[in-house]
Amino acid sequence: MPRGMKTSWLATAAVAALIGLAGYSALFVAPTERTMGLIQRIFYFHVPSAWTGFVAFFLVFVSSIAYLLRRRPQWDWLAVSAAEVGVACFTVVLVTGPIWAKPVWGIWWTWDARLTSTFVLWVLYVSYLLLRTLMGDPERRATVSAVFGIFAFLDVPLVYLSIWFWRTQHPQPVIGGGGLDKRMWPVFLICWAALLALMALLVRQRYRLEALCHEVQELAIDVELHSAERATEIR
Amino acid sequence: MKNLQSLMAAYLFVWGIFFAYHLTVARRLARLQDEVERLKAMLKQV
Repeated sequence: MPRGMKTSWLATAAVAALIGLAGYSALFVAPTERTMGLIQRIFYFHVPSAWTGFVAFFLVFVSSIAYLLRRRPQWDWLAVSAAEVGVACFTVVLVTGPIWAKPVWGIWWTWDARLTSTFVLWVLYVSYLLLRTLMGDPERRATVSAVFGIFAFLDVPLVYLSIWFWRTQHPQPVIGGGGLDKRMWPVFLICWAALLALMALLVRQRYRLEALCHEVQELAIDVELHSAERATEIR
Repeated sequence: MKNLQSLMAAYLFVWGIFFAYHLTVARRLARLQDEVERLKAMLKQV
């Protein structure tokens, strides 16, 4: 097995083990919350998914600025890779949130500030990905996406601070807000570490996809050029 | 064991979403790798 492939398999196995540990800790190690009961255990993947999504969108923001400054396509590849993974994370947040809300609030969804701004954030990055499919020219696509990626990030602090700015049904945040039982912290951190590791793995895999796309385009041009040269020689 | 079904549904969604995304990217990667091999072979022939 080539060295790169071996490293990749090892990384995947390590992430899978970490996810297993996180799942076990969230279900069996963490204490049961007194008022919400069992359903509160959704917290161990709902909140870390949101935080991991924020990290992914921050990566889009940084890569977009770097692309506009340096004009290297690799920054654009990183931005789109992180955007896709961020969208996956926030899909998890938007699915697990209502499952948690129904037994606790009695409703699946409410259009309050936190929930609405989170939904808008998801829509913004889905639009970012759709926008990219509409443009054929790689340089134009990368420039427009970079500008969009920078502006879309403005919603991230708004999502986080919405709890302080407006009255909302959503609980206070873990840091600087309501506070978390000290026995819950280690489990929460293991779950967040697992999701961050998964994010790194997925971004790396998606980045390879962009690099391969680029390689295919280059090779297709080479084949075309060589075929044309060959045809001229034969004539 | 109140809400156990909801909890399980949430966990299934979490890992289902990530696994489905991983599978999609892996399939696209495999297809592109085949394309690279095919183009390299064509280039050798030309």
